[in-house]
Amino acid sequence: MRLGPDRVRAPLTPARPAPRASALAIATVVGVAGCSAAGGTSGSEPPRHTVVMLAASSLTEPMTAIAKDFESSHPGTDIQLSFSASSTVVSQVNQGAPANLIALAGRDAAEPLNKSRIVGGTPSLARNTLEIATPPSNPGKVDAITDLSRPNLNVVLCAATVPCGKEAAKALSAAHVVAHVVSYEINVKATLTKVQLGEADASIVYHSDVVSAGDRVRGVPIPASVNQTLDYPLIRLTDDPTTVQFMAYVLSDKGRKRLRDNGFLTQ
Amino acid sequence: MRNVRWARAGLVIPAWAAIAFLVVPLAALLVKVDWARIPTHLGSPIVIPALRLSLLTTTSTLFICMLVGTPLAWMLARSTHRATPWLRALVTVPLVLPPVVGGVALLMAYGREGVVGALVFHVWGWSIPFTTVAVVFAEVFVALPFYVLAVEGSMRGLDPRFDGLAATLGASPWRTFRTVVVPMVAPGIASGAALAWARALGEFGATITFAGSFSGRTQTAPLAVYFLLESGDPQGAIALSLVMLLISVVILGALRGRWLP
Repeated sequence: MRLGPDRVRAPLTPARPAPRASALAIATVVGVAGCSAAGGTSGSEPPRHTVVMLAASSLTEPMTAIAKDFESSHPGTDIQLSFSASSTVVSQVNQGAPANLIALAGRDAAEPLNKSRIVGGTPSLARNTLEIATPPSNPGKVDAITDLSRPNLNVVLCAATVPCGKEAAKALSAAHVVAHVVSYEINVKATLTKVQLGEADASIVYHSDVVSAGDRVRGVPIPASVNQTLDYPLIRLTDDPTTVQFMAYVLSDKGRKRLRDNGFLTQ
Repeated sequence: MRNVRWARAGLVIPAWAAIAFLVVPLAALLVKVDWARIPTHLGSPIVIPALRLSLLTTTSTLFICMLVGTPLAWMLARSTHRATPWLRALVTVPLVLPPVVGGVALLMAYGREGVVGALVFHVWGWSIPFTTVAVVFAEVFVALPFYVLAVEGSMRGLDPRFDGLAATLGASPWRTFRTVVVPMVAPGIASGAALAWARALGEFGATITFAGSFSGRTQTAPLAVYFLLESGDPQGAIALSLVMLLISVVILGALRGRWLP
C-alpha cells in the first residue's frame, strides 16, 4: 500500500468507502476473534509438583473430585485436568502435548496412541456401559432402544469418531435399530447437554453420565444383550514421583469410590 | 539520511514479520496437501454435502444481511438520536462475542425450550435447532454486524447534502435511499458483503452449538474439516481446507480492484 497524504475531498463528490475508524474497528475485532478461536494450553513450564492429566469427557465428574481429594491430602501438588473426546486426547498426545497421565474411554481408543510414549502398564481405571438419556419430562416418550427409530424423535448421538459414538453404533446395530439422528456431537458431554437443554428427545451416552447428571436427565436402560461395556485404561506418560503417586491414589479404594459414586463399575 | 534508513527498517522488519506470520500457515497447507490424491479426498461422502451446504447457507446469509442490514446501516448513519451510539454498540456485540457464546445465546432464544423458540414450537410444532435454518441463524448472527459496520461507515462518509438535494428535487426518503444513497455506497456494500460472507463461511462455534452437526443438513465445511481431522483423516481435512481457501481467494480477488479499496 502506498503511504501518502490523505486525499482531500471536494464538496459534493462521493466519499471513499470505509472510513478509517470503522475499518480499524473491524480489523481489531477480526484479530481478537482469531486469537480467541486459537485457544490452547496456557502457562509456560509447569512447576515442580504439577500433574497434567488429559481424560475422556465421561470422566469429568469423578476425576475432578479425585483430583480435589488428592490436592487437599497432598499439599503442594497441583492436578491440572483437561477433558475431551478420547480421540482428541490421543491425537493431542501423539502431537506432543505436555501430559503426565491420560485416561481413555475404552481400550480401542488407545489403539492409535503412540506406544513409545507409554511408561509402565496400562491398568484398568473403571468400566462403563451405555444408557439412553432423555429430558426429565421425557417429551418423546422413549422407553426402549427400539423407540429411537421413530421419525418424529430428535435423537443426538456422539460422532462416530469418538468412543461413545462407536459404541452407540454397535448397540443400535445389535438391536437392529436405525435411530432418527439429527446431530452427531463432538463428545459425550456435548451430546448429554443437548438432552439436558431439552433440545433433543434422546441420546445414547454412558451410564456414568446419566448418574452424574442426577435429576437433570432421565435414564432408559439398554438391554444387556445389545449393550456394550468399555474398559477405561489409565496410561502414564512420565516417570516423575508425583504422577506415580497420583496414579496410585486414583486406583486406590478412595479413588474407586468416587468412580462408583458416579456410575462407573470398578473391581 | 541514516536516521531515515533506520526508521524505515524499524517499520519494514515488523511489517514483513507480520506478512510471514500470515502467509506461512497458508503456504503450509499447499506444501502438506497430498496433491495426487486430492480428487479421492474431495470425493469423500462428507466433503461434497458440506461444501454444498456451506454455499447454500452463506448465500442465504448474505441475502438476509443485505435485506435488513442496509436499512439498519442507513438508520445508524443518519440518526442523530441520543440513543443511536448505544444502538450501534449493541449491534456490535456479536462481533466481540466468542462464537460459542453466540451459539448458547441462540439456543436460549430460539431453542425448542428457548424464550422465543418455545412459543414457535408450541404454536407451529417447529423446532429450529438441528436444521439448516439454524445454520443460517448462526451465520446471520455473526456476520450481520460486519456488514452493518462496513456499510454504515461508508454511508457516514457520504455528504448528507446529497439527501437534501434529492429531497429538494422532490424525491421521497425511500427513493433517495434507493437511487442516491445505495448506488453511491455500492463499494461499501460490496466490501461489507465480502466481509460478512467470509465470516459466515468460516462460522464454526455458533453453528456446532446451535445447529449441531449432521452431514448434508447442518455440517458446514468448517465443521466437516474439524470432523475429518478428528476421525484420523488429516489429508481429507487439508484438501477441504484448500478448497475453502481457494473459494475465499477467488471471491475476494473478483471483488478487489473494482469494489474493494
